[in-house]
Amino acid sequence: MSAPVTPPATAATQAAPPPPETVTVKVNGKTVQVPKTMPNWQGKPEATTMLQAARCAGVDIPHYCYHDKLPVAGNCRMCLVEFGTPMIGPDRKPVLNEDGSPKIARSVLPYEPGTPRGAIACATPISPGMEIYADSPATKQMREAVLESLLINHPLDCPICDQAGECKLQEYSVQHGQAESRFVEAKVHKPKAVDLGPRIILDDERCVLCTRCIRFTKDIVNDDALGIVNRGSYNTISAFPGKTFDNNYTLNTVDLCPVGALTSKDFRFKMRVWFLKETASVCTTCGTGCNTTIGSREGVVHRLEPRANDAVNGPWMCDTGRLNYKWIARADRLKEVRVGGRKSTWSTALREITAKLSTAPAGSVAIVASARQTNEELFLLKRLATKLGAITDSIAREGEPDRLLVSGDRNPNSTGARLTGVSFTEAGIQLPKIAAGIASGTIRSLIVFGEDVTQHGIDASLLAKLDMLVVSDILPNATTEAATHLLPGAAAPEKRGTFVNVKGRLQKFHKAVEAPGDARPEIEFLQELADAVAGPTGTSTIEGLFNRMTADIPAFGGVQWSAVGDTGVTLSL
Amino acid sequence: MSFSVPAPLEARLDELVTHYPVKRSASLMFLHALQEHFGYVSREAVEWTAAKLGLQPINVYELVTFYPMFRQEPLGTTHVKVCRTLSCALAGSAALREQFCKKLGLDSHAHAPQTTPDGKFTVEFVECLAACGSAPVVLVNEDLHERVTAQAAEKILSEGSRLEGAAKGKTPVKGASGAAS
Repeated sequence: MSAPVTPPATAATQAAPPPPETVTVKVNGKTVQVPKTMPNWQGKPEATTMLQAARCAGVDIPHYCYHDKLPVAGNCRMCLVEFGTPMIGPDRKPVLNEDGSPKIARSVLPYEPGTPRGAIACATPISPGMEIYADSPATKQMREAVLESLLINHPLDCPICDQAGECKLQEYSVQHGQAESRFVEAKVHKPKAVDLGPRIILDDERCVLCTRCIRFTKDIVNDDALGIVNRGSYNTISAFPGKTFDNNYTLNTVDLCPVGALTSKDFRFKMRVWFLKETASVCTTCGTGCNTTIGSREGVVHRLEPRANDAVNGPWMCDTGRLNYKWIARADRLKEVRVGGRKSTWSTALREITAKLSTAPAGSVAIVASARQTNEELFLLKRLATKLGAITDSIAREGEPDRLLVSGDRNPNSTGARLTGVSFTEAGIQLPKIAAGIASGTIRSLIVFGEDVTQHGIDASLLAKLDMLVVSDILPNATTEAATHLLPGAAAPEKRGTFVNVKGRLQKFHKAVEAPGDARPEIEFLQELADAVAGPTGTSTIEGLFNRMTADIPAFGGVQWSAVGDTGVTLSL
Repeated sequence: MSFSVPAPLEARLDELVTHYPVKRSASLMFLHALQEHFGYVSREAVEWTAAKLGLQPINVYELVTFYPMFRQEPLGTTHVKVCRTLSCALAGSAALREQFCKKLGLDSHAHAPQTTPDGKFTVEFVECLAACGSAPVVLVNEDLHERVTAQAAEKILSEGSRLEGAAKGKTPVKGASGAAS
């Protein structure tokens, strides 16, 4: 199988590919030209299906089991549509109507020509001249019947179901359902609240047996952990008894599940989805930078979901990244500006720091930044460093990569740290030099952003030798304890900015919630500080700063903030 | 309880795999053979089959749960299969099953075959046993009983109760392997 990312772009040196071969079909009476082949779930060209052709015509055919990035199963039958193909006479020539247009033979049952026969749009390739009747009475009748059948044993417990509000069963019931149930028999009861794995709970009664979860874990993750057991109306999604569904991608099955069968233990019964504000963001857990949607309500982050981006993460993200948000709401978050260990104000702290830095002899200041910071923050730090003749570095964070999405680089913006000139090819290479400078007394002031330098060779006894230790962080640690000036910062969901992932994708993220207490997005006070010490940048907005940065640093190629959409742009590095 | 497949059986199964273009295709034959030997398909048998064929246990478990002829529990020494299909149903097979269950203290409404705690009897409601002309029919282990009356049912029970119960999971049960389902 292939990872769910787009194949590498063709090199610019290659000749432009010939225009794709097209097929003309009619969807709901509208003539459209669609490519003869379209990418399948692995991105390989395959004959265009009726479902894809309808999409090209702007018509969405309802479906449960079909998913762009999973092998086609064709088992839910929801996408059944009536269709027609041009009639061919005994002479192998098209049969024409009186007006010269091709005569269309509607699909019917072979033994019962009066009865329309549907085909599943997800798995039926189109042919030239085909007509797809996605709204015809026969199609509607087939849909209603399929939906009625899927609801036979469904518990209809929408009021307490986590999927309510984003459930395909609900949506299609509104569009194609019936207000009254004709079902008078007893419903089949299936297992409920099945503990499938450490992060997943399964309600088998809500399941429509689309097998998206089975295909995902087998074909995308390579962990063939799920299957359908029993048969007929007793069909049940299950793991092998005694085995748990536990890989680092299990929570994607919750997104994939078109109904409320697979639920996240983390999110289950916590919040009604329609109350959530959705903010486009980027995961900060590793260098891949999976695109996310933050679901928040009244300043509290309730869940992260992957946001589809074929250039980065496809529609998936790992469980580690998805659950890496709890710390944002920790009670011990740094919420106060502190000067000399006492609560202070931003104006006092920034005035003191400015005064000190403005008179600092060249080379007497060092800066340890974090590769978890945004490009804009790093750019401002580099500006300060240039003015002060300060030595800078960031800290490497490494882990085991996997074959799907997780990068070995656990910093979200190592590339940005390098591009802005804060760190070098190897992050952390300057740290011993900084430690030695402090020990020898040449470095009198240290500025630390988002890292605990006591863990990286600059211990508390060294920090005690400094005249000034400016620390900005989010959570307390030994370095924040030792700070003379402590500036509470913001987590990624609390600010805006950009990162560059390990593959050079420049991506933007937005603010979902407010930082607690006096904490502020770093960009705000860094801008004040940099303007006061190194001279004005001439802009006070993040957009302006970004544009200034991309103009100053050639690797960013002058890309404008407005040109970086929510899925980012790839830099040529 | 340790699970071990005797060497001759394993050799037979290894040879069987070579008959198929892909190993997975041998799954059903493995399960039949293991059920014939052990009397039922245990969890260990599923795992053993999966390991042998390069599959995940869930792949084999899907098959075991799909086909009612595969048993996941040991059966009683006397396996009573009462036909439930049309002519037997018309001739009173439901009452017959009720009689068996009541006498043995089993739940006549349960979906799956049921075994008495002493391991002597299993009662199961099955589809057509292909003796519609002499309904109602009951298959007791491998013996077909036709036109079964209440008295005949009593006799089946009394004969069965003279036999020793199968100790759970140890004695291979005769006639337990996928007979007409």
